[in-house]
Amino acid sequence: MVTQAYAQEAELPADDHGTEAAGAADAMHVEEGVHADPTHDTHATTEAHGDAGHSDVFPPFDPATFPSQLLWLAITFGALYLLMSKLALPRIGGILENRKTLIDTDLAAADADRQKTDAAIAAYEKALAEAKANAQGIANKNREAIQADIAAKRSAAEADLSAKVSAAEARIAQTKAEALTHVDEIAAETAQAVVSQLVGDVAPDSVRAAVAKVKG
Amino acid sequence: MAGTDPIHQFVIYDIFELFTVGGDGTEGTGTTFAFTNSALFMVLTVATIAVFLLLSTSGKKLIPTRAQLTAELLYEFVAGMVRSSAGTAGMKFFPLVFSLFTFIFVANMFGMVPYFFTVTSHIIVTFALSMLVFLTVIIYGFVKNGPKFLKLFVPAGVPGYILPIVTPIEVISFLSRPISLSVRLFGNILAGHITLKVFTGFAVMMIGGLGALGWLGATLPVLMAIALTGLEFLVGAVQAYVFAVLTSMYLNDAIHPSH
Repeated sequence: MVTQAYAQEAELPADDHGTEAAGAADAMHVEEGVHADPTHDTHATTEAHGDAGHSDVFPPFDPATFPSQLLWLAITFGALYLLMSKLALPRIGGILENRKTLIDTDLAAADADRQKTDAAIAAYEKALAEAKANAQGIANKNREAIQADIAAKRSAAEADLSAKVSAAEARIAQTKAEALTHVDEIAAETAQAVVSQLVGDVAPDSVRAAVAKVKG
Repeated sequence: MAGTDPIHQFVIYDIFELFTVGGDGTEGTGTTFAFTNSALFMVLTVATIAVFLLLSTSGKKLIPTRAQLTAELLYEFVAGMVRSSAGTAGMKFFPLVFSLFTFIFVANMFGMVPYFFTVTSHIIVTFALSMLVFLTVIIYGFVKNGPKFLKLFVPAGVPGYILPIVTPIEVISFLSRPISLSVRLFGNILAGHITLKVFTGFAVMMIGGLGALGWLGATLPVLMAIALTGLEFLVGAVQAYVFAVLTSMYLNDAIHPSH
């Protein structure tokens, strides 16, 4: 490899000299440098060497290749920049933005729904408490009414009963007094009968007087 | 011997000639433009990026496919890089940084395929890209900030008597940016590819020259080449990232010139 390169340099001293001078300069200098040597023309030489796998200069520093590289870099990178900035990046940005918006609205909707649920739960609990209080009131009122009713009925019944009792007692007392008045009669009749059996007839009035005397 | 020449992979040859500017009309004069192997791989690089990004996102799916997710992750990765280095104001340069990152990354990855040409192994390409960044920084810096852009060279809070020392240093460091930016990428890719070629070429020469013994001796350089291949994939990705990050940071200087 090395020997080959040296051989080449020995073969083409003028060409080597030309490009060496151009090493730090631009492509025009190469051509001028080589142009001074009538036996060579730059591009042909460079290409020939390139195809053979050897260039007389290190390829990345070969100014003859610069114009083409710059031209194609400008074309390709310019195309890439345009494609990216006008087409690809806005599209990807749009996808990401779209997704973010959708997620945000979904989250907001979920939050609104949650708040609605909370409000519904609160309303339900309030209604429940109200109904409970209401029911309690109704129950209390009913209980009181029933109790009052019961008390009234009981007192009425009691009054009725006591009236009946007192009436009965009065009747009993009357019957008793009546019975007691009959006792004198019975005693007088009995005594009259007894006396008449024993001593003959006797006047009922005197018997009655005697009985009253004994009793008295 | 050409098969093991580590320089051969960088040779640019014309696939077809296009036109010649200047010169006296005879062959060899003027500046000739041609479609070269380098141009072919530039076109392939750009086509790969564009086709992948446009096809993968064509569905615009809410729940992304794998390809669309890859494109989205790439977008978010570069967008995050620009936003963290240059702020929200720097997002107007997002397409530029994205193009630079994907171009260099895909060109480097193409370069890892055997027999493929590595676009970024030529200093003129990396230098043109870094000059694009450098000129963007200067032009945008002056358009947006006017003379205040020069504050970049006068760090705030530095005592006046140190400024004569600090300002030239700042100017030199600013002017050396396109060189360091381009040479870093070019050097890494060039050196990596030469090293790979040297090790594999060594194995080929051993087998050719020593026969059976050579097969034994070739295992070491082949193992080395396998390890280096992995390393070169890493270098290719990291250099694309470094280029994009530094671009974002330089653009930040244009947007916010005071330190």
